[in-house]
Amino acid sequence: MRYEEYLAASARRDGSRVAVVHDKGRTTYAELDALADRFAAALITGAGFARGERCVLFLDNRIETAIGIFGTLRASGVFSVINPTTKANKLAFVLNNCEAAVLVTQAELLPVALAAAAEAPSVRRIVVAGGASDATAVSFDDFMAAAPARPQGPVPGIDIDLAMLVYTSGSTGEPKGVMMTHRNVEFAATSITTYLEARADDVVLSVLPLSFDYGLYQLLMAVMKGATLVLEKSFAFPQKVLPRLASERVTGFPLVPTMAALIVQLRNFSPDWAASVRYLTNTAAALPPAHIFRLQELFPNARIYSMYGMTESKRCTYLPPEQLAKRPDSVGIAIPGTEVWIADDEGRPVPPNVVGELVVRGAHVMQGYWRNEKATAKTLRIGRYPWEKVLHTGDLFRMDEEGFCYFVGRKDDIIKSRGEKVSPKEVENVLYALAGIKEAAVVGVPDEVLGRALKALVVVEEGAALQARDIIAHCMAHLEDFMVPRLVEFRDALPKTSTGKIRRAALQAEAEGRALPGDDE
Amino acid sequence: MVDSIETRTRAFIRETFPVASGDIAADASLLGSGIIDSIGVLTLVTWLEQEFGIVVADEDVVPENLDTLARIVAFVERKSAANPQEA
Repeated sequence: MRYEEYLAASARRDGSRVAVVHDKGRTTYAELDALADRFAAALITGAGFARGERCVLFLDNRIETAIGIFGTLRASGVFSVINPTTKANKLAFVLNNCEAAVLVTQAELLPVALAAAAEAPSVRRIVVAGGASDATAVSFDDFMAAAPARPQGPVPGIDIDLAMLVYTSGSTGEPKGVMMTHRNVEFAATSITTYLEARADDVVLSVLPLSFDYGLYQLLMAVMKGATLVLEKSFAFPQKVLPRLASERVTGFPLVPTMAALIVQLRNFSPDWAASVRYLTNTAAALPPAHIFRLQELFPNARIYSMYGMTESKRCTYLPPEQLAKRPDSVGIAIPGTEVWIADDEGRPVPPNVVGELVVRGAHVMQGYWRNEKATAKTLRIGRYPWEKVLHTGDLFRMDEEGFCYFVGRKDDIIKSRGEKVSPKEVENVLYALAGIKEAAVVGVPDEVLGRALKALVVVEEGAALQARDIIAHCMAHLEDFMVPRLVEFRDALPKTSTGKIRRAALQAEAEGRALPGDDE
Repeated sequence: MVDSIETRTRAFIRETFPVASGDIAADASLLGSGIIDSIGVLTLVTWLEQEFGIVVADEDVVPENLDTLARIVAFVERKSAANPQEA
C-alpha cells in the first residue's frame, strides 16, 4: 500500500499514542495524521502542488520534517530530506536536479536556502519553520493556517508511484537521487521490522539525521508499527541523550560506530540508562569486536544487530544477534525476503571466501538514480528474470562456508567516514577551487572513532602561504561537515601515473599502511 | 595574567575548528552555529584538561558547561578553584 496509509492506520488504531517526541513536545498519531493532512492541503492549495512533484525538506530533526514527509506523500508528491549542513551550491544542484516545486527549511538555514533557491527556477514556494513570513518565504505556521484541514476531494496515487529521493554521494563528485517507490519503502520497512521484532509498544530514540536513510527509516518504521520515536538532533553531548533512554523507557537505540565509540569510553555509564533497551542496531561500518562486547556488557537486556546497507537498497544484510559471539566481524545474511551473493567481474557467483562484489536482489532495490541513466545502468543490471533488476553494490565482500558475509572494502574510490559515503573527488574539486592549491588528493586514514578520517594531501603553488587551517576553513565553507578533511599534509609532489593522473589508490594504500602497489598499476 | 581563559580558548577553537570568517561571540552556541561538531566536543574536552590542568568528568560534558565561550570560561574557573593547581 502507499506509505502514508500507515500513518492513517496507526492513528485509527491508537490516536492518543505518542508518535514523535521532539524539541517542542509530544505529537500523537492523531495529531501527526491531522498535521500531515493539512500540510498536503497546503501544498495543493498554497503552492499549486501537482501529483509526482518534489518537495525538498532542508531541515534538521524536528516535527516539521515528519509532517513534511507524510504530508508530501499524502499530496501524492515525492519528498527528499536534505542534510542541514549542506551548502548553498550543492543544495542548488539538488533543487535543480529534482526540479523541486517546494522547499521547506528552518529559520537558521534560511540564508542558505534562499541562496540556493535563487539558482533554482523550479522552486515556487519556500516555507520556513520557526520563521516569519515575508516577500520571499512563508512561515510554516502561516502556510498551514491558510490551508483547509485536508485536501479537497480524492488525491490520486498507487503504490508503484515514486515516494522519495535520497541523495547519495557519487564517485564523480555529483550527488545522485536514489528513487524509491512506496512499494520499495514498504518492503524494506517490513523486512527490517520483521528481524528486529519491532512492536507497537516500542520506543525508539534516534539521534541520526532524517536526511540519512538510517535515520529516516526510524521514523518510517515507527509509523508502520504505531511505535514512538524520540527524535534528538545530535549525540554531541551523550550525557544529555543517554539519560533519556531511561526517562522515555526506550526499547530501541540505533547507533553508528562513532556513537558506540563514545559510549564505550564513558566512565559514568549508568545501568539505569540501559535497563529498558531491548535492541541496539549498528550500520554504516562494522563495530570493532571489543566495542561489541563492551556494549553487550553495558546493555545486558539488549540484542545487538550488526547490519550493512547502502541507500540504493536501504538495508542489505543483518547478523542475527545469536551469531554475534561466533562471528563478530560479520554483517550477516540477506534481510528477510531478499537474496545476496558475491559475484566476480562477470556477475557470476564466486566460491566461499573469495572476494567479489556484493549483489543484492529483492523488492527493496531502488528504481534507479533520478535522471541519471548512465549511473543507473552501471549499478542496476538485469537479474534472474528479464523484468527485474539486481543491485551491484560496488562493495567488496566475501562469504564464509555457512553463508555469512564480511565487508572487505569499496570497489571504487568512495571513502566511508562517520558512516557516510564521501567521494574523494568531490572534496578534491573543492580543494582545487582554493587559490594556491596546485595538486590535491583525499584519502581515508584508519580511525577508531570515525572509521576512516579524511586526510587531504596537498601540493601548494610556489609562494602560496596556505596553512592547514585555511584549507580546512575553505572546505567547511563549501562541503557538508562529514566531508571536511580532519587532517592536512603538505607535500612537495604527489605520485602520478605515466599519463599524469594522481595515483590516489597508491596514496590510499600508504594511508592504510599497506604496501604501495607497483608502478604498473 | 595577559592571556585570559577566554582568549586562549577562543584561539584554540579558531585554530582547531576554523569557521570561514567572523569572530566568535562569547554567548554564541558553538554547536548550534556549527562551529563545533559532535566529535569536536571530545577534542575540546581533551584540550581543556591539558591546557588548564583540570579533570573533566563524563557528567561535566553537557551544553551548560561547554556550548558557549562564556560557559567554558565559567566552567574552567569553577574547576580550577575547586582543585587549585599550577598552570
